[in-house]
Parts: sequence; C-alpha cells; structure tokens
Amino acid sequence: MFKKILVANRGEIAVRVIRACKELGIPTVAVYSEGDAESLHKKLADESVCIGPAQSAKSYLVIDNIINAAQQTGADAIHPGYGYLSENSEFARTCEQNDLVFIGPSAQTIDDSGDKINAKRLMRAAGVPLIPSSEGGVNTVEDAISVACEIGFPVMIKASGGGGGRGIRICEDEASLREEFPVARSEARIACGNDEVFVEKCIVKPRHIEFQILADQHGNTIHLGERECSVQRRFQKLIEEAPSTALTPQLRTEMGRAAVAAAEAVNYCNAGTVEFLLDQDKNFYFIEINSRIQVEHPVTEMVTGLDLIKEQIRIAAGGALDYTYEDLPTRGWAIECRINAENPDFNFMPSPGTLTTFHAPSGFGVRMDTHLYQGYALPIYYDSMIAKLITFGPTREAAIQTMRRALDELDVSPLKTTKSLHREIMDDDEFIRGKIHTGYILKFVPEEEDDDED
Amino acid sequence: MSEKNRVEVRAPMSGIFYRKPSPEEPAYVEVGDTVKKKQVLALLESMKIFQKVKSPVSGTVVEILAENEQALADEDLMLIIEEE
Repeated sequence: MFKKILVANRGEIAVRVIRACKELGIPTVAVYSEGDAESLHKKLADESVCIGPAQSAKSYLVIDNIINAAQQTGADAIHPGYGYLSENSEFARTCEQNDLVFIGPSAQTIDDSGDKINAKRLMRAAGVPLIPSSEGGVNTVEDAISVACEIGFPVMIKASGGGGGRGIRICEDEASLREEFPVARSEARIACGNDEVFVEKCIVKPRHIEFQILADQHGNTIHLGERECSVQRRFQKLIEEAPSTALTPQLRTEMGRAAVAAAEAVNYCNAGTVEFLLDQDKNFYFIEINSRIQVEHPVTEMVTGLDLIKEQIRIAAGGALDYTYEDLPTRGWAIECRINAENPDFNFMPSPGTLTTFHAPSGFGVRMDTHLYQGYALPIYYDSMIAKLITFGPTREAAIQTMRRALDELDVSPLKTTKSLHREIMDDDEFIRGKIHTGYILKFVPEEEDDDED
Repeated sequence: MSEKNRVEVRAPMSGIFYRKPSPEEPAYVEVGDTVKKKQVLALLESMKIFQKVKSPVSGTVVEILAENEQALADEDLMLIIEEE
C-alpha cells in the first residue's frame, strides 16, 4: 500500500479523498492555492503545501508545482480527483517519470478516451453502439438525403469542424433537409471557416445513462451498474440517481456488457465512466468515456455499498477485483442534488460570499459531501458547486421524500443556491414518475434569449 | 442643451473584471468609444462562470475605473457611460 498520498485537487472531492485515506490509515498531503489558505481540504490533511496564487492556472493546473510538492513531502502516489489535471495525460506521464503512482488510468488510455474521433473508431471496432451518422462529411444535399433515409429521420446536420452549436440544424423530413442543408453549410463556414458538414441521427428526448466501471491491473474489468443524469442544464448535470427508472434487468446487462467492452477497448485501468444516450425506444448509443472519478460517484456507492475512492487506491496499489456487479449486495435507490452557489431566480448568477450560517442536513438516509463550514469565505476563483446532497431509501419514492426533507434543512445563508430549484423538481409530477430526458430542465429554466448587440 | 447624464456601471456580483474577450484580442471598449444599449463592455468572471457586462444605456464611455483582471467586490464601480 502507499506510504503517503498527495491530493491534487481542492473542494469537496479533495475532502472526500482525504477522508478515504484517513480511514485506510494513509497519511495525506493537501496542495492549496493562496486563495485556499482557509479551505477545509487543507485543514483536514496531515500536511499541506502551497502551490501558487489563487488562479487555478497558476496553482492547481501547474504540473511541476504539484510534482515538487509530492517530492518535497515524500508522497508516493497522487490522487487527481475530477477536473483540473485528472484527465491530463501529460500529468499522468510526468507522475510516472517521477516514480509517483497516478491514481487513475494510464496516459495512453487518457489520450485514447479523450480523442473523440479515435475513441469512436475504437468503439466501433469493439462493437459498442454509436449514434448512426454519415461516414465523414457529406458534400451534396442528395448525399445527405440518402444518408438520412438510411439512418432514419429526424437527423441533425452538424459542422465537421465543431463550431460550438453553430451550424447544427435539426431536420424532420426530406423537405426540411433540402431547405436547411445550404444554411447549415453557410453557418459552418462562418463559425469555423470550413463548410464541411455531416449528418447524424437526432436522438429525440434522450436520457443520459452512464455506467461506472472498475478495471484492475490483472485484466479484470467490471461494471457497477448505471447512473441516470438526465436532469442537466447546459450540459452540466444537476441531479443524478442510481439506478435508473428506464432500465430493465435485461437492458442493464446489455449496457453493462457494452460499457465493459468500451473500457477494454482503451485498456482501461482504475475507475471510469462510460456515457450513453438512451432513446425512447430503449436503443443506447456511446457518447464518451470519462477517465476519472466522477462528481456523481456517491449514488453508485450508496446502492452498491462500495467506497469507490478506496477501490481506486486499492487498484492503483495493485489490488485485484475479486467480485462482479452480480456479487454485490445492491439495494435501494440513491439521488444526488448538486448544490451550486448560483441564483436560479436570476439567470444562475454566481453567488460567492461568507457563510454566516451553515447547517448540513443529516439523519437517516442523508449524506452530504461538501467543503463548506460556518464562517468560510467562498472564493470567486473556483467552481460554483459547493455541496452534493445525497439521499438513500429503499425505493425511489423514499429517496425523494428524504431529499425534500434534507433540502428543507440545508441552510447556507446568505449564499443563493440551486436548492430552491431542486426542491421544486422533487415535487414535480414528471420527475416523480421518472419521466425525464436531457431537455427536462427547460420546463423550469427557459433558455434565455441572447440579446447581445455586439 | 440639457446636461448629460453620467451612468455608473457597477459589478452585479464579486468577480474578476476582464476588458477583453480573450488575452490576444483587443478590449471591448476604450474611453471615448460610442456604445449602444446592451453592447458588451467587459466580462466579469466568478466561480468559473463568465457574465457579460452590458451597457445599460446608449452613449459614450467616459471612464473605465476597473483594471483588467482586477478582482472586484459586489457593487464596485467599473465604468461610467455618458448617456446620449
């Protein structure tokens, strides 16, 4: 086992990792910026090293400063958390070159998972279902129509060069495809200087379903069931749950098998997540692999009884996976609400400040992962997610009931948070019936119009 | 001619003030520039979220009090626009 672990992160995930290390009896090193001198992760760790100014680009993202901190304190392993350097292959490689164990997948796996085009090629070869699309760009409207007829309407026309949403056109039928095709090309040319477009099947009201996977250094790869993360705003997840109301045992087995195949295709080792879209006819399509521990990992922990951070550490130290999903005493339902310091009534404007009050909900079925404490001054430099409120119950209904009660107890005055939005969702009939999809949040948060005149 | 109205533009939240869309690009506005209502004057970043600072009125930029990359508190004065 490791002698000392450095945690290359901040906020709730650094606290989460330090707690796991403490339980394992492994001493910890926190790294912190000048803006985080009063942060909880620094206070909880056995040792701490300042790695630079408040701005993340000058501290938490500086590889050399973190490696130096590890060497200076005699740490032999680094846990990267999520975000920051967790999916940076150069960081993973630098750790290795300095005889430090990176608690995560290999640099090669990070590269293979991160390159979308390459990942799709590997997945296709491994038989993992992908969203049907044209092979590469389509140059004429006739070609676009023939692809669309083959994969079925509705389809999306997308710019091959990306373009941040520009150039995306949804076409319900051949007539609209004829009309939109030239417009999409013009938009693509303006947005990214390249008018090449491709045609992709449009998945209507999909669910976001992801599978937690674990893989050891001995060739064992397993999945730990699904999480549903369909409640999201602007591609940021707001509510996650495990299991999903949309999956049958048979579909779970099929998707679990595809997730394991996807992980094996990139020689995955350690904890990771394979993300899928699930359409209304229960067809699933690979989106991407996240080569890190995820924010929403606690819901999987609650229903499987596994501590995923401890499993990450054990696997990185050479431990073997001697169980499968079927062996685990899986039970109940878990829901996580991300509490962000943003005002949902004012266009989600960030709300930093000093907590005059801090009351964390507790009691049966409640878990709160957070770095907050009373009197803490929330810095402006870091992510707005300030807590993850997780509830567990024997059924989904019970988990929702506990979440309502827990949200009501939460008090982080004077910060404005997403708590009120979560509370509203917990009372929403569609949410209660599990009728959710990735556009569900628009029911509560209309997409604001861009009224810029620049 | 009526006296011109000086309109203060204050930070709606604490955050880091940016005069440019990105480090390589020119500033959104300079002193003396004519601006239209709702035109973007600067960016304010807090907790990794960027908010556009838009002009409340049409007029001329007469003062820029906040410096690029300066950390501002809620309600700090950023710019003054002389209304048309």
